[in-house]
Amino acid sequence: MIRKVVRNSTMSPSKRSRLEKKMDKVIYLLFSMLLLISLVTSIGSSVVIKSDMSQWWYLSLEDSDPLFDPSNPSKSGFLQFIRALILYGYLIPISLYVSIEIVKMLQARFINKDKKNMEFRKCSIAGFSYGGNINEVDIAASKRMNTETEAYRCSIDQSDTTSQSLEMSEFSVIDIIAQQAILRGHENADNLNARNSRLSDVRKESVIKGFNFRDDRLMNNQWIYRSDFFDMTMFFRVMALCHTGIPVEDGQTDKLKYEAESPEEVAFLIASQEFGFQFFQRTHSLMTLKELDPSSGKQVKREYKLLNLLEFSSSRKRMSVIVRDEDGKIYLLCKGADSIIFDRLADNGGAYLESTTSHLSNYAEDGFRTLAFAYRALELAEYEEWNSIFTQARTTVGPEREELLEHATEMIEKELILLGVVAVEDKLQKGVLECIDKLAQAGIKIWLLTGDKKETAINIGFSCSLLRQDMKQFHVCLSKETESKNQLKDMKEEILHQIESSYQVMCQDNNKDSPFALVVDGRALEIALKSDVRGQFLQLAVNCASVICCRVSPKQKALITRLVKKHTGKTTLAIGDGANDVGMIQEADIGVGISGMEGMQAVMASDFSLPQFRFLERLLIVHGHWCYKRISKMVLYSVYKNIAFGLTLFYYEILTNFSGDSLYDDWYMVVFNVFLTSMPVISLGVFEQDVSSDVCLQFPSLYRQGQRNIVFSWSRVVGWILNGIVAASVIFLANVYIFSAAAFRQEGHVADITQFGAIMYTCIIWTVNCQIALIITHFTWIQHLFIWGSVLLWYIFALAYGALPPDYSQRGFNILTESIGAAPLYWVATFLVTIAALLPYFTHIAVQRLLSPMDDHIIREMKHCKKDVTENQMWVREQRNSQRSTQPSPPPAAAYEAKISQAFSHMDNRQDILGNDSPEIIRWLCNLSESELDMLIRLKSLILHRAKIIGHDELAKNFDLPTLRAIGLLLMEYLKGKVKDLSQVQGLTKLVAFPECCNLLKGNPGEDSSMEELKACIGIDERKRPTKRPGEEATKLKKQRL
Amino acid sequence: MEIASGPSTDSSAARTIPIDSSSILDEFKQQNLPACKPVLKPSYVITTFFLLGFIFLPIGLTTLCASRTVVEIVDRYDSECVPGAFRGNKVSFIKDSSLPKNCSRILKVRKHMKAPIYIYYQLDNYYQNHRRYVKSRSDQQLLHGLKSSNTGSCEPEESNNGLPVVPCGLIAWSLFNDTYTLIRGTKKLSINRKNIAWKSDRDRKFGKQVYPHNFQNGTLIGGGKLDPNIPLSDQEDLIVWMRTAAFPSFRKLYGRIEEDLKADDVIVVHLMNNYNTYSFGGKKKLVLSTSSWLGGRNDFLGVAYISVGGSSIILSIVFLLFHIKIPR
Repeated sequence: MIRKVVRNSTMSPSKRSRLEKKMDKVIYLLFSMLLLISLVTSIGSSVVIKSDMSQWWYLSLEDSDPLFDPSNPSKSGFLQFIRALILYGYLIPISLYVSIEIVKMLQARFINKDKKNMEFRKCSIAGFSYGGNINEVDIAASKRMNTETEAYRCSIDQSDTTSQSLEMSEFSVIDIIAQQAILRGHENADNLNARNSRLSDVRKESVIKGFNFRDDRLMNNQWIYRSDFFDMTMFFRVMALCHTGIPVEDGQTDKLKYEAESPEEVAFLIASQEFGFQFFQRTHSLMTLKELDPSSGKQVKREYKLLNLLEFSSSRKRMSVIVRDEDGKIYLLCKGADSIIFDRLADNGGAYLESTTSHLSNYAEDGFRTLAFAYRALELAEYEEWNSIFTQARTTVGPEREELLEHATEMIEKELILLGVVAVEDKLQKGVLECIDKLAQAGIKIWLLTGDKKETAINIGFSCSLLRQDMKQFHVCLSKETESKNQLKDMKEEILHQIESSYQVMCQDNNKDSPFALVVDGRALEIALKSDVRGQFLQLAVNCASVICCRVSPKQKALITRLVKKHTGKTTLAIGDGANDVGMIQEADIGVGISGMEGMQAVMASDFSLPQFRFLERLLIVHGHWCYKRISKMVLYSVYKNIAFGLTLFYYEILTNFSGDSLYDDWYMVVFNVFLTSMPVISLGVFEQDVSSDVCLQFPSLYRQGQRNIVFSWSRVVGWILNGIVAASVIFLANVYIFSAAAFRQEGHVADITQFGAIMYTCIIWTVNCQIALIITHFTWIQHLFIWGSVLLWYIFALAYGALPPDYSQRGFNILTESIGAAPLYWVATFLVTIAALLPYFTHIAVQRLLSPMDDHIIREMKHCKKDVTENQMWVREQRNSQRSTQPSPPPAAAYEAKISQAFSHMDNRQDILGNDSPEIIRWLCNLSESELDMLIRLKSLILHRAKIIGHDELAKNFDLPTLRAIGLLLMEYLKGKVKDLSQVQGLTKLVAFPECCNLLKGNPGEDSSMEELKACIGIDERKRPTKRPGEEATKLKKQRL
Repeated sequence: MEIASGPSTDSSAARTIPIDSSSILDEFKQQNLPACKPVLKPSYVITTFFLLGFIFLPIGLTTLCASRTVVEIVDRYDSECVPGAFRGNKVSFIKDSSLPKNCSRILKVRKHMKAPIYIYYQLDNYYQNHRRYVKSRSDQQLLHGLKSSNTGSCEPEESNNGLPVVPCGLIAWSLFNDTYTLIRGTKKLSINRKNIAWKSDRDRKFGKQVYPHNFQNGTLIGGGKLDPNIPLSDQEDLIVWMRTAAFPSFRKLYGRIEEDLKADDVIVVHLMNNYNTYSFGGKKKLVLSTSSWLGGRNDFLGVAYISVGGSSIILSIVFLLFHIKIPR
């Protein structure tokens, strides 16, 4: 086990976000600015020293001062250069690094505190483990927080998207359940599911977690009346005995709960309990069942002595137990992968083989995981003989142990008698579908990396809308013969050929809307990732909207992640819950671990840990977007702030002949970044919300701002640097002109260097703090407190500093109380300079909002004017516009719309079909499933057709889409025989307000279209998996419509 | 997939968990605090610009008026006060202590000047803000006199002939020493030279018991000399001079005339042109100025206010036109 982990582990790379890397470049830019102005200073200084400074007798330069040595100006220039580097060091926002660390830490705190993420905390285990991890997550999370904002591609391990709770188990006992029954079982189960999800919190007694099977012939002990009850009994015994679980007392009910290695086993145990085989006790060698006696129909307690347990391993793909029942009979009970079991059947054991195989294929198509059950009755002597061999093998120490064990188990696990197969559905976690949809809208490409086999993977892809019917699928896999030959060259050629042909198709179809999907098999992937094919493969894969890789090993998962990261330079996010995802999680820029049932390894290795997949949506789309905005605004502002401050020092140098004197008191310089401007930056970094979380979720495409990095683009960086330069220039020049020469007070006093410095410093404090107030779009009392508090703090500081005895305060003594504070000019000038320094920026943003507003500006403005309430249509339009912009991976909603237009394209007037094209309807349409939409369109065309025939075209207009859907649902029920007479349905006549319209309905459908045609129109028999469209929905819908 | 019934409800809203406690702490943790979210709507932009203009223009006019009430007489005398023979070599004139340095200037009062009238001397191209100069002082010594040994910063004018200099440093050493006497008609105008320095300087920074010591006794004499019998706290010339100016062109207060000067008065200034600005081409000016509530005469502030206000109004009109033409 350990060796396996080591072999699959990968080096964890450094994880720095794109934003941080760019920030480094910005710092380089600032540093070169610093070098430049230092150079200007040093050259200026040397020139001045050389040319005429020797004539300045008041400097008494005869006494040699290395900094001002007229005989050696180049040396003085060099020394001045170093002094300038230190003096202008304020250009480099060193404090920014500190602020960012603080902000990241606080951001992580807030993400952890987010209740909408933390809902799960109520669930004990997940919540606890998450909570225990928080400290670790903090650091990791904060490091990765802004990376996460740019996440481009997700690799999702299948096991994450599917919850392991197995809410639904399907049973097929051979020969019993006809196809139709399975269908109904499905429908019922779906019914329950639908209700279940709606009542998620209020658990009803009738709903048993982990069990979702309803069939009257099996439930409520009905099976005992069947003829083949022995096989049935054995089937359930396998289910109840062949496992490693232990029962847990529930306390409240007589039903037990179970803990087991895998969630499947738990599901089996719960299921067997429901069928009357309650596994209720396990001792060292004894398993006790409360079992239904078929003959008496009563519960009897039976003890089974556990003789041997042949463990499950991924290579064996089966597990068996050998038990002796109370009658002394010895059974080998075995469950395992169908192919493995089928190979080991006895000659007479395959009685149900044929029907089972057909069921198996049905289940696989439906995306279930299948397991076959079999048993074998053993003679005592045979067992004894085998047991000695087995014991010997087990006690062997050394490398051959495995082999011996393998051999021993092979000996006993044969000549099995097939009992049946079980289909287990790995149900998607709650909210996965919406989450993936939202992520796709946010422009994130999603790759599914799973260890499952291809069919299962494709089904999962469909169920989580990674794959859609309108997608063009490319399959890259090895053909059987090539695989068997195992010749690398052939395989490579085949793969290359497949990739190239797919790519050609893609190039040809590129102008069309239909997105592409790529399905790759594990073996094929191994070859495709070889260095010479890699380039083409990744090129193909990157251009596909979704990629599904099945049967991949953990190592391959990590490899794919690394290659995608390297090849495209995009930011990757990996999410997984098992130990086998650790490599991938570490490799990706952002690793997200799901603290699920598969242990903590993934969580330990991850940067974020989530209890469920769906929280990724909020993490990325809300917090990711926020954090991106926050950090980038923060960096830009810090750059601005430091330039505005640092440059005034440089400007003043020009006035002092580059002598290196600083305008401000040393203490002012110290407190500038530490106290007077740091808090607003942190409040910007922690509390800024450009749009509220709800809006973020409504407009996932806002997330693309981070991907395209538009807030932190070079043009913006340069813009902010310019803004800083402008602000510094305005502040400096205005102050110089206001305070030079003439007196600044009525008492005739002239400002000296200290007073002038304090005045200018005030202007800077006001300007930079008002500037951040212009940046912040979300003011709570905290922001107000920090911003205006910082300004106030400067005055307090100046007061306190001035109140110190002159020995300490020196030039700053009584500065505010005596000199500048009492001068009206000081206050008037501060006001002017602050406004004048901010005016260019304000004008710029006003023009920008007017001419080319960004998405968030529009949304914010609409939200501000309550347009989302008053002018819903506009709001929805914006929402959809934003979705449309996330091509080339159109989200389902956009795909539906494309489909609507396509379907209606042959009709004259689209308005005709959509009827009253109100925003509610459009929005509602977007939420329909594809099949429903299909049904609506066909129904509408049918009605149009019918209306044309009877010569009242205008009647068709009365059927708007919601009405059509209600009718469609009713028709389906009718076809299923649940509703016998349409006229009995209450409210149908009211539903369709005009009696003429009812005539359309009442007309025998068979008149001009066959029943089959009608069925086809409604589209029910086209889907292999019946859609979830229960009758109650129709009635509910009707109620709402009326 | 769940079937949405009717017009869909917001998926996010549907999953919102009721927040049980709506305490401030909770709102804070959920980042749900009530917030003001200002939005740059065109109407706000227009209003802001208009308001700015509306506030700035009056302030500008007021400050401009205040500045205009100030009457200022500026007279440059540095070159005029060098006798014709020395015009070619002013430095040798100023350095020759045997030559008489007195000089007379005639000033004409154009407008009525209300008392108090401040007398300034103005030096141009004089870098009092030079780092070497600014640092060359000892505040400790100024306050505590010889008791303080912390005079390392005073280099190169720290000591002379082995004795410490009080006040030490380049600033004190280069003290300005031109003097002015103003005569109106036949009567001498009294110049009040008290209270020209900041009160805090006199009281707290310059010692009352500290007397000049060994000052200007070296081979090189910089500027003015000090009466060794007057404590530093009363040497207001020195105190004013020690407040180093921020700009290379600066004024310093010399004294006050506490009577009005009428228009067309003629004032004769007798001055001692002692101070050497000729080595570095500096100018010397005598300035008589009244003051307003904003201080001396400086139109810049008013003009700046008016131009910022004016451009704001123009911008608001531009935005208004834009808004009318392309409404949201």
